[in-house]
Amino acid sequence: MDTRLLLLADSRLPAGGHAHSGGVEPAATAGAVTDLASLSDFLAARLSTAGLVTAALAAASCSFAHSSRDHAVVRAGLGGQLHDHGGEGGRDGEGLWRVLDAEVDARTPSPAQRTASRAQGRALLRVARTTWPHPALDALAAHSPRDHAVVRGGPREQLHDHGRWGGGPHHPVVLGAAAAAAGGTPRQAAAIAAYGSVTGAASAAVRLLGLDPLAVQQALAVLADDVDAVAARAAAEPDDWAALPAVSAPGLDLLAELHLRSEVRLFES
Amino acid sequence: MGGMHDHDPHPAAPPVSRALRLGIGGPVGSGKTALTAALCRSLRDELALAVVTNDIYTTEDADFLRRNGVLSDDRITAVRTGCCPHTAIRDDIAANLDAVESLEELHRPLDLVIVESGGDNLTATFSRGLVDRQIFVLDVSGGDKVPRKGGPGVTASDLLVVNKTDLAELIGADLAVMARDAGAVRGERPVLFTSLREDPAAAAVAEWVRGVLREHPHPHHAPHPHAAASVNEP
Repeated sequence: MDTRLLLLADSRLPAGGHAHSGGVEPAATAGAVTDLASLSDFLAARLSTAGLVTAALAAASCSFAHSSRDHAVVRAGLGGQLHDHGGEGGRDGEGLWRVLDAEVDARTPSPAQRTASRAQGRALLRVARTTWPHPALDALAAHSPRDHAVVRGGPREQLHDHGRWGGGPHHPVVLGAAAAAAGGTPRQAAAIAAYGSVTGAASAAVRLLGLDPLAVQQALAVLADDVDAVAARAAAEPDDWAALPAVSAPGLDLLAELHLRSEVRLFES
Repeated sequence: MGGMHDHDPHPAAPPVSRALRLGIGGPVGSGKTALTAALCRSLRDELALAVVTNDIYTTEDADFLRRNGVLSDDRITAVRTGCCPHTAIRDDIAANLDAVESLEELHRPLDLVIVESGGDNLTATFSRGLVDRQIFVLDVSGGDKVPRKGGPGVTASDLLVVNKTDLAELIGADLAVMARDAGAVRGERPVLFTSLREDPAAAAVAEWVRGVLREHPHPHHAPHPHAAASVNEP
């Protein structure tokens, strides 16, 4: 893996990831994650559900971004899905970015998680366009939903809402396009997404629970083979969007919704 | 959610101007929120204002500002920092930039956006990618040797505010020592001593802000360097 991709995978990438716990904060509040053992279980479950879906969407986006000058293959693969949207597509396939956006929504039932995904997508897009300028990133910026219903919790929550009306592209879509812009393959995009799906949550657990960071790092190392396997599976068929993995994690969805309504939140999600 | 049916074929015009962005940082309890509220009260009739708060307990500061009737709710945004208040204003400013730009979009044109950091320590400082000017707030109850300890907030902020001067006598803090030590590390950069309890309008600090705005033309100056990378502004 070359340096450009290492930069994209680095937790120090200034894309707002440090303020998202991947569900660890509400899980800790609920008493579901309390120590190293329960964190390890949480991370393994997160990897095989949200991690797999995120990685598959990133791989799909990466492949699509690479082919952005010739969308014939993707159009053929999508078949009838494009009848309603092909008209706004044009030669650069802007409409297809919106189809992929809908694929993410379809795999993200929790409104709170959709909002968090778009918030992280906006932040990553800002960094990526500055760092690795690429036509696919420009197309993504221009053709993502501009307005999006921002999730609101209780009466106090209205003060929490920010973001460009909650709009902008989803995080895994931006991650895949950024990986393409940095010269990466769909398999590498999936690897970065799968890796991030557990490292961000692990880091949040260290901060929230005061866990031994060395022990948490070891737990991540134990997961490494699983991360690689998830990435390989996620990148298997990146151009068949309807067939991308769609496993769900109702527990994570519920925690995300509860988190939005809790009185004290240290993390955005 | 209708994400595929709300496409706006008319991209937004690029921002021709933006507000001055003013950071207010400092240790926990030094009076950052009280100063923010004071500035809003003093300036809201002459300037279009909005505030982003980074308090770790999320709604504390925003609630304080709302309770005090300082600004309407939709001009106050709270950002969560994942237990790392310094990261959110220095190393990874993404969430704060997003909040500032959202407020500007919603209330354009704004003259001034105040970004209040979460309480931190003496090493906290704002990124120049996030704010144009920054105020660092200390209070005398931390002891009169704090300015001597230095740190980027004390030495490099555009304005150092030493608050709670009404407590100086009670805790045996020597304001002259603080002024001398601050001057030694700050050179020409200004230091103001305040007691927000005695002067809830923070008149001297508000006047400093007016001066900054006068020398920093608004709202028709250049777009922020990050603006071009924003969503929907290709």
